[in-house]
Amino acid sequence: MKVGILFSGGKDSCMAAYLAKKTGYERTCLITILSKNKESYMFHTPSISKAEKQAEAMEIPMIIQTTSGKKENELKDLEKAIKIAVKKYKIEGIVTGAIQSVYQSARIQKICNKLNLECFNPLWQINEFDYLDELIKDKFKVIITGVFAYPFDEKWLGKQIDKKFVEEIKELNKKYQINPVGEGGEFETFVLDCPLFKKELKIKSFHDFKEGENSWRREIEI
Amino acid sequence: MILIISTCAEKLHELEFVKPVERILEENKIHFFSKHYSDISEADLKKADKIIICGTSLKDNKFIENVNSFRWISNFNKPLLGICAGMQIISLIFYGKVKSKTEIGFYKENFTKEFLSLKGEQEVYHLHNNYTTLSKEFESFTEGKIPQAIKHKSREIYGVLFHPEVRNRKLVEEFIKH
Repeated sequence: MKVGILFSGGKDSCMAAYLAKKTGYERTCLITILSKNKESYMFHTPSISKAEKQAEAMEIPMIIQTTSGKKENELKDLEKAIKIAVKKYKIEGIVTGAIQSVYQSARIQKICNKLNLECFNPLWQINEFDYLDELIKDKFKVIITGVFAYPFDEKWLGKQIDKKFVEEIKELNKKYQINPVGEGGEFETFVLDCPLFKKELKIKSFHDFKEGENSWRREIEI
Repeated sequence: MILIISTCAEKLHELEFVKPVERILEENKIHFFSKHYSDISEADLKKADKIIICGTSLKDNKFIENVNSFRWISNFNKPLLGICAGMQIISLIFYGKVKSKTEIGFYKENFTKEFLSLKGEQEVYHLHNNYTTLSKEFESFTEGKIPQAIKHKSREIYGVLFHPEVRNRKLVEEFIKH
């Protein structure tokens, strides 16, 4: 079956794309929504413009749709992008990296249902610590590109998800109920390498921005 | 030993509809084995002390076309829980009818009597385009026109239209432990 990957550039959409490939699905395009709203509940925003470099590394075409980020406009713009993917790449299903967010997942399910498409959520309800172990085992090189909750600070920007990170996040989970995979929007990630990439992406430069108390973003140049 | 049955026509959907149920059993240290409905043998049914039939995607109705693969339910005398597609299959085997109704996301359901640990008003996760009418052998445990949680009047056969693996895991735990 031909599928389109709802792609943000973070670990979840990359892993979802990887699982689709492993299970034998033909990934014909990536669908990326560029939201002007940095607080978007629907779409992951940091470093998303670099997702094009990831698409190149995967050798998969990308559909980019911008949105104002206003709640229901985001959904209309997502539907528009999916319709383009259906027309251009003949997709029969969408793959998402949804883990626990019913808010996000239910909205995508409704759009797919309306367009008569399959909606695949291969990470749905996954155990977070098992998932972090899978990322490490499958050689995903994932860095933190945004932190948005206490007690995170700028020192977390650029950290790689590795065994040390897992130990640290376990502590934060115990002490502060930080979701280990950032499902509560506590942090966001960018994938520099994974089994789908033909070559690893290298960071040329970066700039860190403080956006509020315990809220930092890293914009990277690839 | 619990048998978990997949109703998914697409392999990738098993990560979404079967794996979360398996995880509940793993976390409760319950032994289980999983199979697709098209591979179930007499020996599997004999080996299983209980069975859970999982749900599938909104678009997937293959299990309705293949409902005859589930004829064994008529004579199965051990505990059985059907989730969403699983509940629809149970109802169809007992001559219920499929009706259209799309519900996606969180909904409040009111349990008129205790049902596998759930009682009163509960938030549940729905993902279905169809439901089934109540067969005369079954009793509904929720208010409203659409049967959301049902039990056979004399056998341990349960069905839920919602997905307990998402927000009502204790229902699955109650089924597997008692």
